[in-house]
Amino acid sequence: MSQANHNSNNNNKEKHTISALVENNAGVLSRISGLFARRGFNIHSLAVGVTEVPDVSRITIVAEGDDYVLEQIAKQLNKLVDVIKVRTLPKHGSELLSRELMLVKVSCTPSERQELIAIAKINDAKISDVSATAMTLELSANQQRLSAFEELIRPYGIKEIARTGVIALQKGATSLNS
Amino acid sequence: MNAARALVKCLEKEGVTSIFGYPGAAICPFYDELVLSNSSIEHILVRHEANAGHAASGMARISGKPEVCVATSGPGATNLITAIATAYMDSIPIIALTGQVHSEQIGKDVFQEADMTGAVEPFVKHSYLLKSPKEAAELPRIIREAFHIAATGRPGPVLIDIPIDVQLEEISFSVDDYQPSSKAPPEIRGYKPSFSGNKLQIKRVIDAIAESKKPLICAGGGVFARNAQTLMQQFAERADIPVVNTMMGISSFPSDHRLSCGMLGMHGKQLPNRALNECDLLILLGARVNDRAISPSNSERGFKVIHVDIDPAEIGKNLPAAIPVVGDIYAVLEQILELLPKDLGKHDEWCNYLLGNKTGANVVIKSSFDDSDDNNSSEEKNVVSPKEFYGSLNKLLPKDAIVTADVGQNQIWTANNIQLGEGGRFLTSGGMGTMGYSVPCAVGAKRGNPEREVVAICGDGSFQMQFMELATMIQHGINIKIIIMANNRLGMVRELQKLKYQNNLTAVFLDGSPDFIKLADAYGINGEHISNNKDVDKALTTLLASKKPYILVVDVDAEERSIL
Ligand SMILES: Cc1ncc(C[n+]2csc(CCOP(=O)(O)OP(=O)(O)O)c2C)c(N)n1
Ligand SMILES: [Mg+2]
Repeated sequence: MSQANHNSNNNNKEKHTISALVENNAGVLSRISGLFARRGFNIHSLAVGVTEVPDVSRITIVAEGDDYVLEQIAKQLNKLVDVIKVRTLPKHGSELLSRELMLVKVSCTPSERQELIAIAKINDAKISDVSATAMTLELSANQQRLSAFEELIRPYGIKEIARTGVIALQKGATSLNS
Repeated sequence: MNAARALVKCLEKEGVTSIFGYPGAAICPFYDELVLSNSSIEHILVRHEANAGHAASGMARISGKPEVCVATSGPGATNLITAIATAYMDSIPIIALTGQVHSEQIGKDVFQEADMTGAVEPFVKHSYLLKSPKEAAELPRIIREAFHIAATGRPGPVLIDIPIDVQLEEISFSVDDYQPSSKAPPEIRGYKPSFSGNKLQIKRVIDAIAESKKPLICAGGGVFARNAQTLMQQFAERADIPVVNTMMGISSFPSDHRLSCGMLGMHGKQLPNRALNECDLLILLGARVNDRAISPSNSERGFKVIHVDIDPAEIGKNLPAAIPVVGDIYAVLEQILELLPKDLGKHDEWCNYLLGNKTGANVVIKSSFDDSDDNNSSEEKNVVSPKEFYGSLNKLLPKDAIVTADVGQNQIWTANNIQLGEGGRFLTSGGMGTMGYSVPCAVGAKRGNPEREVVAICGDGSFQMQFMELATMIQHGINIKIIIMANNRLGMVRELQKLKYQNNLTAVFLDGSPDFIKLADAYGINGEHISNNKDVDKALTTLLASKKPYILVVDVDAEERSIL
């Protein structure tokens, strides 16, 4: 993006959360991911799921870029016929409800079990699976809390992690389709 | 009836009169119904699928509505891709219909299977795949949507991929109930092209024009997309603003108009580029600020930009716009004309400065024949000077002709020197620079308006990428004229190698090319080969008088430059 900077007031590459309502059909995801790849937009995460309307899905994208890139992302997304509505969500936690679900499988000897259960408890994580040598914890939170939690349990030996990518809604009564 | 017949009937209802295509197994049901249903649609058998796409593009640019190309699955469909991409870059509305393998076999890599919706994804405005016979009944809706999407907003190609079993599926469809997209635009919730400009922005446009001492209009291909040429001329005249154009905007403004400056950009002449560098207000009308036209560094020169475009994503993409106006250019120009004060002063000083001695500023400088050790430098040069040639062509060609140019030096010569008047059209592959566009585009353009003189100008390299279409012209009685600017080189690449690669000339010699006149003769086409300035007038007169296809081969010097 050689011309990325010339009309932005703000050249900081910040993370932005973009929410889009899209037609719930087969091609839509590849159209959107193709668009991001093709235009060199940087995606951190992309999460898709159905909505209250059966044939409409919501895609939540966390992307990095300055104002110019953000504007282009929104405009280019809007050009896709399958995209019904696009909005860049507010950045501040006071206005934004953003969550991600993480499953983390951590090594755990019988003697470490109580310790890990205690850590899970204070962090509001659920214990989803326990076996002789491992335990799988489940936490839904914003990204900062997920990272903090990950650091806390890293010393025990993380075997694998699965994360859903961020989903988000604007706080208050407004909705994307209003 | 089956879906294939419904498809034929929908196309008829959409006003399609000619389609360009090439058959194969997976599209046979459609071809079958074209005959069985006694369709009014003429099928033109091209000799390569890319040319079906280019022909549809040429026809669409003249008819002003989407036109159709057809191919079979697999290689037929992938052959179309270059044409689809070419149409996409220039925002030309075409509908590509492709046959697909049996729906149950999709994804199994069966014979002649290619994922077309996937393959063209970066190059289409939208695409459809009818995944199963259950979706066959959706075909009429899809056709209506496809025509609507291709034609409205920023026009562009739409692909419809139809498995053979879906084509054969019986559906209940009543032709009389089908409403063409232009009469009854479909409701598509994710597609709402905006139409008129924001009133406040229009007001700002008026104020900026009133303040400006040195305003400049830059007309792009978008002007044709809404047939806004006349309105733009009214605007330029009433506000007394000189007009430059991009390559895609050539012929949107009469060449001989007192306000006409010509094509700007890397391949343009001095006058339009000086106008751009010295203006204080640039009014972009349907021009997307391609890097070859306006470089981002131009924005540092401090002119104010008004950018009128139907596609919001183009505004501010390559050039910051002080006054963005999203809207249909026709509607926006009407809005501007309505508010433009009657007592708006003239820009005499600016116009005189730029255009005062226009003939002088536009004068073509004789190319300097420098002595590089190109093959024939020592030989005596039996060549036609392009400058002389375009002079004669402009004198003899009807002002309302349609001229297509290929890619290469021939394109730049034509773009900079062709002079067309009202109704005349210049067509070329601007955004993609696709060699092999000019002849099939001309074939389509002739079908778009059979009354017009249609002349394709190409190079000896690009001619060899498209001469198979001579057969199409003969078979379907499409009387276009072809001018080949022959330098026995891939001239533009040669020029680049000379200027930027220490004259290390490689892979640019076209030795081995056939005698084009003999080749034309093999197709039953008359032609003439000239290599002297004094033969130009007579040869062009014969070419233009011919009631049949005609080929003129013009020998030009390999040392000739793009900017004459
Ligand atoms: C399909 C395609 N392949 C390659 C190119 C690169 N290219 C641009 S101009 C040119 C030379 C064209 O030669 P010719 O048609 O003889 O025209 P001339 O420049 O000699 O007038 C080439 C190869 C292109 N634009 N399109
Ligand atoms: Mg050549």
